[in-house]
Amino acid sequence: MRSTKTWAVVAVLAILFGARLFFTRHNGASRTATLKSGQPLLAPDFTLPQLDGQTLRLSSYRGKVVLLDFWATWCVPCREQIPHFIEMQDKYRAEGFEIIGVSMDDGPEPVRSFFQQFHMNYPVVMGNAKIGELYGGVLGLPIAFLLDRNGRVYAKHIGATTPETIEKEVVALFETRQS
Amino acid sequence: MGVTGTLAKLAMMLAAVMSFAVRDVVGQAAPIPEARQISVEDLVKSLQTPEKDRPLIIQVGSHVLYSQAHIPGSEYIGPASSDAGIQQLRKRVESLSRTKVIVLYCGCCPWNHCPNVKPAYEALQAMGFRNLKVLYIANNFGADWVDKGYPSAKGD
Repeated sequence: MRSTKTWAVVAVLAILFGARLFFTRHNGASRTATLKSGQPLLAPDFTLPQLDGQTLRLSSYRGKVVLLDFWATWCVPCREQIPHFIEMQDKYRAEGFEIIGVSMDDGPEPVRSFFQQFHMNYPVVMGNAKIGELYGGVLGLPIAFLLDRNGRVYAKHIGATTPETIEKEVVALFETRQS
Repeated sequence: MGVTGTLAKLAMMLAAVMSFAVRDVVGQAAPIPEARQISVEDLVKSLQTPEKDRPLIIQVGSHVLYSQAHIPGSEYIGPASSDAGIQQLRKRVESLSRTKVIVLYCGCCPWNHCPNVKPAYEALQAMGFRNLKVLYIANNFGADWVDKGYPSAKGD
């Protein structure tokens, strides 16, 4: 009986260890750093070229709820999110919601093709190491920042995030007013 | 045996299933044998050895990510998911001894989504490199290397 109990304890420990290993190594889940409490951070301003050559300045989006999506064409989880973002952009544009894609591809060619192929309906700028550092290091993709109407960072999503999660936050931010 | 015995059996079965599930997920992640993977911790240790004993470390991902942060002493080759990247990689190592210790890494995305390490690994394996390792980065280079305080360098 005693040995059976010992085995039971060993087995439970094995399950716990296995579960920890599983959740440690089975990655791809998003990590969300929500900055709802405490002092909100102002998103660093930038001016970057869009795919059509025009420049985009982040601060010109004040008054809008903005989703700043760092992505790349070679990033599978990023690509999977794009159709949802396109849908969300259509759905909430009238409410003052804008998505800005920041491509971390090494060059614009694959981004242009992707943009056309997926009929992206929001601007995409070409990112670089400098903007990555400005935003605390974009050393893995995707990373998305959700900004309120005052340009402050409301949430930071590291890794693929469900569209429902982002949509819920976007809708919550519509209630905020520009100060 | 009673209830405790039954629970013990059940627990053992679950543990076995779980361990297979873990191996399966890791295997699916990128079909790079576990024996060919090197952990972040082990690579950090090897960076502390004399320079002549260190492996050749090659980053096979995006330049934008490399220039923000990379493993000191590592070389940027280009994304191995592209033909150009693979050609560049082959060119870099073609004159090396096939016993040279080489570590490939990317860290652009979660391990099971990385488009670069598998083609890079397969290209070098096909060239006959026997001491080839791929750095296992679970989430990304930022979370699994930089945020843990391991040494990193910036720039080209």
